[in-house]
Formats: sequence, structure tokens, C-alpha cells
Amino acid sequence: MIKDQEYLKKIADICLSKSKKLGSSDANILVQSSVSENVNVRNKKLDGSERSENLGVVLTTYLGKKKSSIASSNLKEKNLDELVNRCIETMKITPEDEYNSLPDKELHFKGLKDLDLYDETHLSNEDKINFIKEAEEEAFSNDKIINTNGSGFGENKSNFLLANSNGFADGYKTSQFTAYCEVVSKSNGSMERDYEYTSKRFYSDILKPKQLGSIAAEHAVKKLNPKKIKSEKISLIFDKRISKNFLSIFASAISSSAIAKGTTFLKDKLNQQVFNSEINILDQGNIRKANGSRYFDSEGIAVVNLDLIKNGILQDYLIDTYNGKKINRKSNGRASGTTNLYFQNGSKTFEDLVKSENKILYIKETIGHGTNIINGDYSVGASGMMIENGEFSYPVSEITIAGNLKNIFKNITLADDLEFNYATNSPTMMVEGMVVGGK
Amino acid sequence: MSSLLKNSELTSEKADSIVSETLNNCDDGELYIEDTKSETIVLDDNKIKSSNYTSDLGYGFRAVTGDTVAYSHSNEISEKSLKNSSENLKSTLKNNSGTYNSEIKKTNQKLYKDVDPIESKSMKSKIELLNNMNEYARSKDSSVKQVTASLLAEKKNVEIIRSGGELLSDNRPLVRINMSVMVEKNGRKETGVFGIGGRQDYDEYLKNDNWKKVCDEAFRIASTNIESKPSLAGEMKVVLGPGWPAILIHEAVGHGLEGDFNRKKTSAFHDLVGKKVASDGVTIIDDGTLDNRRGSLNIDDEGTPTERTVLIENGILKNFMQDRLNARLMNTKSTGNGRRESYKHVVMPRMRNTIMLGGSNTQEEMIKSVDKGIFAVSFGGGQVDITSGKFVFNCTEAYEIINGKIGSPIKGATLIGDGPSSLKEILMVGNDMMLDPGIGTCGKAGQGVPVGVGQPSLLINNMTVGGTQL
Repeated sequence: MIKDQEYLKKIADICLSKSKKLGSSDANILVQSSVSENVNVRNKKLDGSERSENLGVVLTTYLGKKKSSIASSNLKEKNLDELVNRCIETMKITPEDEYNSLPDKELHFKGLKDLDLYDETHLSNEDKINFIKEAEEEAFSNDKIINTNGSGFGENKSNFLLANSNGFADGYKTSQFTAYCEVVSKSNGSMERDYEYTSKRFYSDILKPKQLGSIAAEHAVKKLNPKKIKSEKISLIFDKRISKNFLSIFASAISSSAIAKGTTFLKDKLNQQVFNSEINILDQGNIRKANGSRYFDSEGIAVVNLDLIKNGILQDYLIDTYNGKKINRKSNGRASGTTNLYFQNGSKTFEDLVKSENKILYIKETIGHGTNIINGDYSVGASGMMIENGEFSYPVSEITIAGNLKNIFKNITLADDLEFNYATNSPTMMVEGMVVGGK
Repeated sequence: MSSLLKNSELTSEKADSIVSETLNNCDDGELYIEDTKSETIVLDDNKIKSSNYTSDLGYGFRAVTGDTVAYSHSNEISEKSLKNSSENLKSTLKNNSGTYNSEIKKTNQKLYKDVDPIESKSMKSKIELLNNMNEYARSKDSSVKQVTASLLAEKKNVEIIRSGGELLSDNRPLVRINMSVMVEKNGRKETGVFGIGGRQDYDEYLKNDNWKKVCDEAFRIASTNIESKPSLAGEMKVVLGPGWPAILIHEAVGHGLEGDFNRKKTSAFHDLVGKKVASDGVTIIDDGTLDNRRGSLNIDDEGTPTERTVLIENGILKNFMQDRLNARLMNTKSTGNGRRESYKHVVMPRMRNTIMLGGSNTQEEMIKSVDKGIFAVSFGGGQVDITSGKFVFNCTEAYEIINGKIGSPIKGATLIGDGPSSLKEILMVGNDMMLDPGIGTCGKAGQGVPVGVGQPSLLINNMTVGGTQL
């Protein structure tokens, strides 16, 4: 069982008062409790089950402008004593940093908590196993599916309390239900794997098992017998599960930490055209039941909605207290990063994009970590489908795609098929003229 | 007698009896207890940005029957909690029954000292070291605009209690010293990253002002990249430098030779044992027994002593890397590759130090033989799709080769290849085998474990280079 607020508050109070007694001027504490239960099946048979119970604290103490942190899952009184002591001792000899401080009291979250982020539904292991078996059975009904990498169902419940010595103390429960199905297809000596994945706060919102299995199978079968293509400059369409990655890259490039250090290609771009004028990017923390929703960030600061990109122009950064001070800006509640980050729908339909040129490469998967936030260079491995005259013609693999994000961002056209399946969401995206490395 | 249970509410005797009673009708399983202390100190933007100390104690209780694994873990170490876990395991395996295999090899292997790298260097001297690294790196050139340096140390003590009360233990130190330098010149920005580490005290890695060499190397890579030009895209010959570029071996073949993917027949290698999978002269081992190396372990996380496992010998596929579960189901023995990130994670076959042994060619010969290609000296991360065999990695230092000569540095390109076929495309194996500096972390199914790699220079006939120039 996850611990209740009262239990978490007790631990927080002990740590806060200990650190005050030992000489800290300020302190911040996070106490977290979670229980997660996962089952895995493979070839329609139970492969494993896992249950985990976690309880832990993260304490940061301040002495003026000095700071140090400890974290522990061992909450025995004696161990906590030792750790708080250690934290204080380390803090005392750590050099001062003028930007260290607790967050601005005025910005603390004080509102109502009415976003429905917790579903108390509990599935027995039996029910979890049946759910995911049904998904695999559906996938195997496709005769080209010959194996699975395993499929799983997970239920995660957590509760936390965040408190600081400025009087902030708040927390809430969240839940997450996740299912994935990863299958292997085979035909004419070619073997490919692909997956489908669903994750929501409410059990009733996740994909149904049959949908999960059939989509995974369809993905894996479509990849069979791929060809390698010649190196060329070609327009790309990014499937929704890949296009959202560009938003994550954008988010790390406008984090106040990267901006303050100058380690991003988007430094000094505020109020300038970064995308073309049809692009709007929002980060909205107050969407009911959504995966990325939260009331406040890891400093207790209320999350406000941000129009990050409006008509292609960069309007804001993702700011926490420490880095905010470095760039003379107040925190906007993004110490934990983005919330529900998304591109607003474009004006074209998916069909419009597919038919917009005679030859387009549809990217279904990328592999590798070839993004350089500092200068915007982008180079990854990829696979997908060739589109010829508006029709999907054959799968393509073992190619690379490369470009610079400064240009990529300005050449994006979005479809109108946005869905809120994850915390970060994008419609299908087309980027004109990128270089594909192939034969 | 367990020493990790010493101060807990759970006695060794009680733990033994719950373990034995729970695993009675299972094929395998154990109680894994872990006490980890770790410390990370980061200097960033001229300031000590953070000092974090983490103390984590918990257990993972596993029962295995047939090919079904039941796992329960908690950081509450008590009789009540362990009994709950026991009930949980039993309910998962209630329809299965097995015979416990008590056989496990013994070892007195001592590949690293039982030292605590966190305590053996004072906080004051660690902060001083980071400040020195920052100042030294910034003093190298006015183009250095940003420096991040970090020290990471860990002491992980593990105990494995098997049915019948057998206790196996290992105390594992680990340190890592990292440096990242950003240079800016003519409006361009590039970074260089370098690090060292292994299973010894910090001071072993800091002898002879070795930290300066770490800064020098990071600066050199950044300065090289600031002069780089866009890379050509397409298929070409590739010369790999010795040492760290062996992450190619790790990605292209290593993962595909892990027992689980082969037992499940999802690896491109699953039916190729005894077959020729690589060029003549290619021998690849996975060695857990190298002194003080990052990927070395006295025993793996199931208690099996590590060994030097020959994976490919002179081009022929010999063995997979196994944990106990996959070995049993494939009728073979564990090779001591059963690893987990922590008590919160299930065991699976993982690499240790994966190494391609040296051959007879020189790097000069390789470069001379290439008309058009690239010379890749260092890489960032890599990734592989086990099923299709496709793998990628990102160059962090590479040069073009034109008519047998090394030319300009080229921008961070991605190389993509097909694991099984690129092994057959190895044309020359160098005589300069080198191990990496001790910085690798391998990710698999969401679990990260420290690993090592090594290789000589290699000439590969054909790989696809991702560039922006046609």
C-alpha cells in the first residue's frame, strides 16, 4: 500500500526539524512512496511478475548560499540522523553559490487540486495477465507474427509530499496504467520487431488489449523485407511517435539551465522566429487526467500554462528558481521540466502531407543519440516506408537522416491529427529536404 | 551470517528460513540484499553546483520455475515485508513446481580491493580537485567558454542468500571522473568530453596529475571539432581507432550474443553457434575478471563467479553470455553474466568487459589502404535493434580519409550498420589492442550497468555514414 499524506508528513517534519537543529538556515524535503506491480507475458504465457514498494526521501539543506543534498530509502531513525548530519557537514564546507536559495514564497502553489490524476482501480495479477495475454493472442492472429519480445502490463500508484522551511507542504497521489506489446514478424528470411505502447493515468483510458496487439502486429509486419535506399536529399514525414521527439529536443534547448550556461543553439533567440509562422507550441499543466499534468513543480512552484512558441516566435523559457536567478527571470514552475507539451494542430490533413510530393520518406523509427543541443546538429539512424505518388510502397531501413535543427525547425509542416497519448504530443510532421545517408 | 542484515529487524536465521521455504518448490531463486552508498559532486558554470549523497538499502526476492520469474523488492527490511514478498512470489508460481538447483561455483576471486572511495578522499579535497580541473581547463585557451566536471563514487555491498542458507557476498567500489569542455570560436560551439574510472580509490586515478590529461583530452576533442566540416553521406570504408570505439563491438555483436535474446530466438545470432559469423582473425571475448576494471565483478548478481567467456573465436561463434535462468533453459552453464542495476531490478544476461583481441595489422596500413572513407577515433552513445541486427553509433571525433591520408575533422556523424554483416566486413585487425578509459554504462530494458570495452584499430569495408553532404 502506498503511504498516506499523514505518514509522509511525519517523516518530512522529522527531517526538517533535525536539519534546523543541526544548523541549516533553510531546507527542502521530498518524501515519496510508490507501489508498482508489473506482469510480463511471452508467447501468450506468463514470463514474470514483479512487485515493488518504494519509500524514500530527498533532503536539501541550505546555510545561507551553501547547499548540499542527500537521498535515502533507509528511513530508520538512526540512519536518518546520520544522513542529515552528513548533509549538514558537507553543506558547511561546500563553497557559496550566490544563486542558491529556496523558491520565492509568493510563487508557491496554493490552488485547488481538481485535475483527476489518481485512479484507485486495482487489477489483480490474474486480470493483468489476462489483459496482456489477450493483446498477444490478437497479435499472433496475424500469421506473419512468429515470436514476441515480451509484452507487459503495469500498474503504478504513488504518493508524495514536498515541504520546505518556508512553510510549503503539499502533495498528492497519482496513478499510471501502462501496457505494451512487442512482437517479431518474419517472412522470406527477414525478421523485424515493433511495438505498441499505451500509458494513462486512468485504467479506462488505455488502449484495449485487442487494439494494442493488432497495432503492434501491423507495425512489425509492415517493416518486413526492407530495402536500403540511395543517399539523397528528400522530404521526410515523421510518424507521430517520432515527431514528438523534436518537442523534447526543443524543450531541452530552452531549459533555463542550458540558456544560462549558453550551451544551446536557442540562446538569445527570445522573441525571434525559431519555427515558421504556422507553428505554435504550448506547455499546459492543467489538462484533466493527462499524463503530464501537475499542480506544482519539484520546488513547490505553481505550474502556469506557457505559450512557448507563438506563430513561430520563441516566447518563453522553461525556468526554475536557481537558473532563473542567473538569467534574471522568475521561475515559471518548470523545475521538473515540461508538463503536457504539444504542437498545436497544423492545417493539412495526413493525406495532404502524403500526397504533397511524388517521393517522400516516412520515418517510423529512429535509433541512436545523435542530437547536439549546443549547435543543433542532428544525425540519427532510421527506418520507415517509402511513399511514391501518395502511396506507401516499400519499407526502408539501415539509413541515416541528418540536418541542423535550426533549419529543420523552420521547415516543419504539421498535420491536424494531434492526440494526447503521452505527456509530449505532436501531430504527424513533414520536414522538407533533409539528407538521407544510404547506399 | 549476513552482515547487511545486522542492524535490521530481520535476523539471518529468519531470512534463511523464509528463503528456503519459499524456494522449496522452485527451480531457482535467491534473496539479493544490497547496501549502496553513492556520492556525486558536480562543478558547472564555475560553481560547485551540487553535492548529492545517496544511501540505499533494500532487497529483491526472486523465485524462478520453468521460464517464469516472480520478483518482489522492497526497501523495508523486516520479517513482515519479506513474508509479504514470499506470498507474492508463491501466488505467481502457484501452478508451477520445480526442483531447486543448489549448484553454484565457489571463488576466492579478488579483482578489486574492499575500499570505500567515498570516504577515502575528503570532501574538501574533492571540491579542490574539481576547482583545479575547472581552472586548468579554462586556462588552456580563451575559446573555452564552459566547463562541467564531476566526480562520482559508489560503494555497493551485495549479499545473495540462496535456499539452504548459502550466503555469497561482494563489496564493489566504483569511481568515475568526468570532464566536459565547450569551446566557442567564430560563432561556432563544440564540446569535448572525456573521463576515466574503475574499481579503485580516486587517488589511483589521480597519480602524476592524471586529471590534467583528462582536461587536455576533453579540450583537444572540442578544439578538433570546432574545425570540423560537414560529413559526406553514404556507404564507405571506416577505420576505427583502438579502445573506446569498441562500443561498436558491444552494440553490433555483444547484445545479440546475450543468452535471453537467443533463448527467445529474437536475436539475429540465435541459430549460428559453430558457424562462421565474422572474418578470420576476429576473436571477441567478454571478460569479467580483469583487475579493477569498470565491468569486472568477483561474482555476478546471482553469485556466479565471473569468467573470461570466448564469444567468437577466429570468426566462429562459440558461446552466448548466460545468466542462470537462460543457461538452464538452453542446457548450458551460467557464464557469470547475470547482472542487475540494483535490488529494484530483475537479473538478466549483461556484458562485462567486451573485447576484441589484437591482430597483426598497423593503423597506418589501414589508413593507407582507404581511398575514400572515415577514421573514427571516438564515439558518444550507441544503440542496437537486436532483432534486425541494425546498430548505430555517433562519432564524437572523426576525420575524413582521402587517398590513404587523414584529412579534415568531420562533424558528429552517425554510423549505421548491420551487426552480423559488418563482422564479416572486417578487413584488417590491428596490433594495438587497447581498453577503454573506464566510463561505459550499458542500458538494456531500462537498467544501466557499468561495463568496459576494448579493441585494436579495425578496418571495416562498408558502413553507412550519416552526413549532410551528398
